[in-house]
Amino acid sequence: MNWLKQLFARRRLYRELSEEIQSHLDEKVEELVADGMPREEAMQSARREFGNVGLIEENSREVWTWPSVEEFFFDVRYGLRGMRRNPVFTTVALLTVAIGIAANAAVFTVVNSVLLKPLNYPKAEELVSLHQIAPGAEGLADFESGLLLSPSMYFTYAEHNQTFQSLGVWIPGTANVTGLAEPEQVRTVAVSDGVLQTLGVPPAVGRWFSQVDQVPNAPGSVMLSYGYWRGRFGGDRAVIGRNIMVDSQPREIVGVMPPGFRFVDSEFDLTAPLAFDRGKLILAGFGFHGIARLKPGRTIAEANADISRMLPIWMDSWSNGPGSNPHIYETWKITPTIRPLKQEVIGNVGELLWVVMGTIGVVMLIACANVTNLLMVRVEARQQELAVRTALGAGWTRIVTGLLIESVMLGLIGGVLGVGLAYAGVRFLVAIGPSNLPRLNEIAIDARTLGFTFILSLLSGLLFGLIPALKYAQPGTGSALQSAGRTISVSRERHGARNLLVVGQVAMALVLLICAGLMIRTFAALRKVDPGFAEPQHLQVMRISIPDLLITEPERVTRTQNAILDKLAATQGVKSAGFASDMPMEGFDSDWDEIFAKDKVYSGDLIAPLRLYKNISPGFLQTAGTRLVAGREMTWSEVYALRPVVMVSENLAREMWGTPSAAIGKYLREYSNMPWHEVIGVIQDVREKGLQEKAPEIVYWPPLVQNRFAPAVRTTTFVIRSERAATESFMNEVRAAVWSVNSNLPLASMRTMEEVYDKSIARISFTLVMLGIAGAMALALGIIGIYGVMSYTVSQRKREIGIRLALGAQSGNVLQMVLKQGAKLTLVGVAIGIGAAFGLTRLMTHLLFGVAAHDPLTFVAVAALLLLIALLACYIPARRAALVNPMVALRCE
Amino acid sequence: MKKTVKRDLFPGALEMMILRMLKRQPTHGYALVQQIKRTSQDLLVIEEGSLYPALQRLLKEEFVKAEWDISPANRRVRIYKLTAAGAKHLEREVSTFERMLEGITRVLAPEGS
Repeated sequence: MNWLKQLFARRRLYRELSEEIQSHLDEKVEELVADGMPREEAMQSARREFGNVGLIEENSREVWTWPSVEEFFFDVRYGLRGMRRNPVFTTVALLTVAIGIAANAAVFTVVNSVLLKPLNYPKAEELVSLHQIAPGAEGLADFESGLLLSPSMYFTYAEHNQTFQSLGVWIPGTANVTGLAEPEQVRTVAVSDGVLQTLGVPPAVGRWFSQVDQVPNAPGSVMLSYGYWRGRFGGDRAVIGRNIMVDSQPREIVGVMPPGFRFVDSEFDLTAPLAFDRGKLILAGFGFHGIARLKPGRTIAEANADISRMLPIWMDSWSNGPGSNPHIYETWKITPTIRPLKQEVIGNVGELLWVVMGTIGVVMLIACANVTNLLMVRVEARQQELAVRTALGAGWTRIVTGLLIESVMLGLIGGVLGVGLAYAGVRFLVAIGPSNLPRLNEIAIDARTLGFTFILSLLSGLLFGLIPALKYAQPGTGSALQSAGRTISVSRERHGARNLLVVGQVAMALVLLICAGLMIRTFAALRKVDPGFAEPQHLQVMRISIPDLLITEPERVTRTQNAILDKLAATQGVKSAGFASDMPMEGFDSDWDEIFAKDKVYSGDLIAPLRLYKNISPGFLQTAGTRLVAGREMTWSEVYALRPVVMVSENLAREMWGTPSAAIGKYLREYSNMPWHEVIGVIQDVREKGLQEKAPEIVYWPPLVQNRFAPAVRTTTFVIRSERAATESFMNEVRAAVWSVNSNLPLASMRTMEEVYDKSIARISFTLVMLGIAGAMALALGIIGIYGVMSYTVSQRKREIGIRLALGAQSGNVLQMVLKQGAKLTLVGVAIGIGAAFGLTRLMTHLLFGVAAHDPLTFVAVAALLLLIALLACYIPARRAALVNPMVALRCE
Repeated sequence: MKKTVKRDLFPGALEMMILRMLKRQPTHGYALVQQIKRTSQDLLVIEEGSLYPALQRLLKEEFVKAEWDISPANRRVRIYKLTAAGAKHLEREVSTFERMLEGITRVLAPEGS
């Protein structure tokens, strides 16, 4: 308990120490006086020989303390007091830091939640997506999603693999649920055996699907998502065992998945077993997403090799029907490219987020530069105080530490405020973030974000504190005392540090502004692209699906759809209506088929190129505003007469027959034994997959065709052209119109085509907004920085300017002199910034469209703009300098 | 006037000398400085103030103890006294120092001797 006693005895110890030192000095003085020295001189001499009393007392006291801890608390208290005494400085500095940190913390939260955090599955690092590509399959090779799995592939892989613990296939879709309330279309995921086992998330209630549920034609079973269970059944546990009608078929509820559970990136309401009928499977049917869990210690390379080994087994075990050659798929060059499931979920959003994070980081640097400037001014104003402290015995390390503690405190307090702002910022980001941003609902501030913010605050505190601390607290500042209060001209070196900061700020701001400029150009270029439909704000779209069990006969399906169109067309304010299997950019998986032209020769060993196909109703083109390039549209009478007619996209017509008009009257068909269809119309190219993707070649079938697989298209997007689109009353009338035809049909995804369009460019708009905000912040901070430095310089040089004016300089000369100095700094910054931007914009090439990363127009325009604004910022202090009254300037010394 | 040693003392040297002086007789701070100066025949000039942190360190280690008293010059002063632990510490320090000094001397000795 010795230290405790010390703590209490300390006050007495210190008092005794002071007394003792005083006594020492007195004794010395007495002795010197006794030797004949005058008392005054003796006192000085005694002090000189004794040394720095304050420092010695402090050193002596330190023996009894934990000096570093106590000094630290002293400095903290001192710093806080200083902050309170300078409310303007403190507010400006804190706000700058807080906003900078808040922006960084908010963006980091998104980066962390989307990119860094592991997926929400147990041992998520073992999960992989069974991605594969088929570079030899013409038509298919262009698209990102690669070659999905067929059911026969799934069985082959599941039974013969050596590298997976489990694997399965799944497919998202929709289904109609009836009998609960109003008929409702819900999001579904159909899963094979192995999918739930692979993901490994136990159900919240009930059980998973077992192999019994996967037997074809078994009584149907279904699992609910947590949200659907709460919403439709009030979270009632007794729901297990109950039946619900899904697509007019009763299914037994066997389980409920826990909250937040998703299939990879798919939200769902219901999940049902795929229940493949093994006996009826063929090689083809590549429509299923594959996921698997690697055995512990197995690598993706080993898994790829394993799949490659199984592909011949697959071709040997199944066929596409009698007479077909199963090894025909060798020409497709199917190659497994398995990737971590996380990568599959995140997709290419990583690049975007890192670009945003980088730009926000640069904004933070600019903010730090501004605060550094403020601190330098403040420390300069405190020169005298520091000199006094040095004279009173403060070591210079002590002063540097003190200054650093003050700036770090500034950083940390700013950080605390920043975290508060970041909560609002994250909400803002989630709101403006692209709604198709993966893991959007997982975005939250967590311990890692808080840690990041803490470290960021600490580092920025050190960063902006270090330069002033090192510059001003050097040993030998004693001279400051002598020149106390006189505005001596500041040394070149000190200006050097300031100028460097300004140059850096201008350079960084320029880089950000160029990035923002490139995004604006990208956005403008995208808006100019003809998407393949017109006036999307007046296009109401909705999904309607007619299940087998509700209406079995194909022609009746088409007649029902036709009847709905007639009702819709009769609704008030509707110009026209039509439907298609889907609208461009809706994001549904596309359908592909082999397409043969009658006048082309196909080698028997090759599969004809795969083409994207759609079904469209008569009147669809006119409604959507899609141009007919050549020929004519089909009519309803042709549809019901099953007349073999077809339309093709312009690029397909050009590829096959050279010109759109040459395509009219030609014939094509799907598969070798289907009837030939006559090409009667050619349709403009449509940006199916988004404005940035090239328009695919498309075959447009009628809604009802002679086809043994799917004679009538059952799931469709209805489009209605009306000025009343999106109004509540209109949507109610539309619902009533549909239900007057069949009251069991739910309407899903009711929205305008404009929403679809906006969503398809959501990532670009998000990047644009983020870079715009970052650029604006950088510009504002940079301008404040350059303005601050110039006005400070002018106020420091007031005397010099006064002398110049008194000696006959014209005020115009002074104005020019100051402007020239500002322009010089800005130009250096702009030059450096252009160099840096040249290197950095290349990193965002993938985000750009219709503009080069080194677009000269953007570079020049942004540089000129920045230069202009910077000169304006210099003009105010320059004018003030020019108006200096020499008499006043010289007198106030 | 003799040349004085301008160089800093090595750490612990001052403490060692203080203990040595106190071994001779208990005394107060000012007298200690004078004694060290006198005994070193002005070869060592120590900054007078630096004595006090050293004294505090010794107090804390309990190598010395201090009591207020009246000096011969009728002045209230703090008299420092060597403790048993201090005496032992001094012995150790001196023997360490002598070994070090001998080592340094040997190294610095002129060649051939």
